[in-house]
Amino acid sequence: MDLNEFVAHFAEQFDETDASVFTPETRFREIDEWSSLIGLSVIAMVDEEYDVALKGDDVKNSNTILDLYNIVSSKL
Amino acid sequence: MAFLDIKNVRIAGIAAGVPKNIASNLHPGPEDNVSSDYAPEDFVATTGVEERRISTTLCASDLCYGAAEKLIADLGWDKQEIEGILFVSQTPDYILPATACILQDRLGLSKECYATDMSIGCSGWLYGLSSLAALVSTGGIKKALLMVGDAKARVKGKRNPLFGSSGTVTALEYAEGAKGLQFHMGTDGSGFDAIITPDGGARNQITPESFNEYEFEGKMIHRLQSRMKGMDVFSFGITTAPKSIKKLAEHFGFDYQDADYLVLHQANMKMNDFIVKKLKFDTSKVPTSLRYFANTNGASIPVTIVTQLKDKLNGTAKFLCCGFGVGLSWGSLYFESDPEMIISELVEMDDSETSTYVV
Repeated sequence: MDLNEFVAHFAEQFDETDASVFTPETRFREIDEWSSLIGLSVIAMVDEEYDVALKGDDVKNSNTILDLYNIVSSKL
Repeated sequence: MAFLDIKNVRIAGIAAGVPKNIASNLHPGPEDNVSSDYAPEDFVATTGVEERRISTTLCASDLCYGAAEKLIADLGWDKQEIEGILFVSQTPDYILPATACILQDRLGLSKECYATDMSIGCSGWLYGLSSLAALVSTGGIKKALLMVGDAKARVKGKRNPLFGSSGTVTALEYAEGAKGLQFHMGTDGSGFDAIITPDGGARNQITPESFNEYEFEGKMIHRLQSRMKGMDVFSFGITTAPKSIKKLAEHFGFDYQDADYLVLHQANMKMNDFIVKKLKFDTSKVPTSLRYFANTNGASIPVTIVTQLKDKLNGTAKFLCCGFGVGLSWGSLYFESDPEMIISELVEMDDSETSTYVV
């Protein structure tokens, strides 16, 4: 599992926020466009790309994209 | 593995009732509980729900009653021959008695009638159908009505814009030699609080504090209203529904891609689109009623069949259906409709058409 690829997949879930904004350290809930609806897209992306079923708390308890990447990695 | 092969029974007909009154999600009113987390147009784009049918007076049983009268007339059934009612709802008329008992009398059915309620949600049509079909398949009951619906809430409060009201009826008939219905059913109670109404059962009795509002996922609600962990339910739905459909097809030895229609519980458009994508199923064979009727809980599969497929069915058709939700609970079904299966016109009911069984 590649971190940069994960960040790119994460960024694809946003329509209005430029992909260049996203780094592993990005605190994604502080992005204006973030909402629980985008949270659903992230869960779908993780299911599709990594075949991992995330819980809502996995997303809620993550501050940065790296936090979420670590959770997905641990479930692989 | 809960696989069920219930033979000697056929679906004779399906009907649905909805309130005439329409609410718009693009223009929510003060009585609609919209989240502060996103804009109405984003909600509509994600869920696919533009409008919903709601009423402040019609209960689920009123809508089921209207649909039942229409379907019984369309089938030409003698009411005295109907010997079973199973009513599946989260919004019964009373805590006691079972709403099915009231419907037996209201419909003027014989007292030689098996009648009871079942409390389950979005998998409700599958659970109700498997239970009632099993009874009818014995031949002890020749004709029976499965009623599935949810409408007027048990407690006053703002309304969730995801859900619409409906009451449906699925008529079952004993038919010797019929191929019947094939099910896969499942449950995961570890997710009991993914969708829950916390107070009002025996575990947490009603107290004055039950009415205190608190914030949950961007909305103010009280403990007699249901709440949903949206992301948990989404994750559950997109993983469980495709697996259940695949298990059903594998167990009974058919290719699910050969189905003429895949009718999913109408959860929300984002979830349903993703399930269809995972199954690599032809989207032109996946009807949806979300746009104008919203998520109609356990009734959403029959609501979709009635509102989207009534004029398309011609001869036999292969149906693949899957319901999933509160419990957590799920079920998948395969059946082939016969050319005689009746789909009634949608019954639209006025707010005044309520029950007189009131104390």
